[in-house]
Amino acid sequence: MLRIIRIGAWIASAALVVALATLVWLGPSNKAVRDVIFADFGAPINLATHDGGRLTSADLKGKPFAIFFGFTYCPDVCPTSMLELTNTIKDMGKDADKMRFLFVSVDPERDTQEHLKLYLSNFDPRIMGLVGTPEEIAALAKGYRAVYEKVPTKEGYTINHTATIYLMDAKGKLAGTLAYQENAASRLAKLKRLVGAGA
Amino acid sequence: MANLRTLISSTFAALAVGTTLAAPAQAQDYKIGDLKITMPWTRATPVGSKVGGGFMRIENTGKESDFLIGGSSPIAARFEIHEMAMDKGMMKMRELPEGLEIAPGKSVELRPGSYHVMFMELKSPMKEGEKVKGTLKFKRAGTIEVEYRVDALGAKAPGQGGGHGSGSGKH
Repeated sequence: MLRIIRIGAWIASAALVVALATLVWLGPSNKAVRDVIFADFGAPINLATHDGGRLTSADLKGKPFAIFFGFTYCPDVCPTSMLELTNTIKDMGKDADKMRFLFVSVDPERDTQEHLKLYLSNFDPRIMGLVGTPEEIAALAKGYRAVYEKVPTKEGYTINHTATIYLMDAKGKLAGTLAYQENAASRLAKLKRLVGAGA
Repeated sequence: MANLRTLISSTFAALAVGTTLAAPAQAQDYKIGDLKITMPWTRATPVGSKVGGGFMRIENTGKESDFLIGGSSPIAARFEIHEMAMDKGMMKMRELPEGLEIAPGKSVELRPGSYHVMFMELKSPMKEGEKVKGTLKFKRAGTIEVEYRVDALGAKAPGQGGGHGSGSGKH
């Protein structure tokens, strides 16, 4: 009997997962559904910026933003993503000023504020770097469902991490994502839509 | 008839010249033992970045497996061999502790998003258009000196621009 209940519970939860996955799959075309599923998506921001200031959620109020979790010792995904974002910001022209672009370091150990400042000098100056304590970064990443983990190498470590750029609307709700190496036209269309400039 | 012969020989001559001119522009091939290494290249690194990836194709024409087990470069304090993969939106990196196998009769492509060598603790950023010297160490074939060409930041293949559709990535 217990066994049947357990199997039943498994089937029920599997069905729920499938149903949720379907909703998420349909998500981009159904804002209402997405708002329900991702109602608690995101997390309050209160972190030091690369230029010595501080950014809080209050500063972001009423402005859409793109947020990426990376680190400066990242050989491929991070510089490529920041270069692509830089190009898209240029393509957006003035529309880019209607939103913010955030790069959160998931490597508090090595990415100091000064180092992040130097690193970001390679890219569009509107990309703002954020640093914090391991606890602050963990809490923020958790809210965005971004994962990262240290991977030891012979004499140091590297970090596996989510390569997605999250797009948040002016109300702080998840509006979409940019995938790693998504094509330029699609990135531009999504960001233009995000700032309400049409696609 | 004489005309035809002249035509043929001049065509061959033209072809020969064409080949000679075309060949050195791209080809950066190296041979050591049974291994052939084709066009090592790397990418410009952002100022402040301490790491860079190196890419190439390695072909094993021999009858036994060989392994890329290490190497060096004067521009980096350390050198590692890694594999990168995207897994459900997550970038995953791992060091290959046993090295990278090049099976007999096969070739392995080291490229962005896959196998690559890593220059760690760069002493200065790599700049587009420069050449970077280095060595590659194989378990069987031994050690060889190679030279990497530095392409644009974010280039996905040798000779490509920096990931911008219009090719204007080099601002």
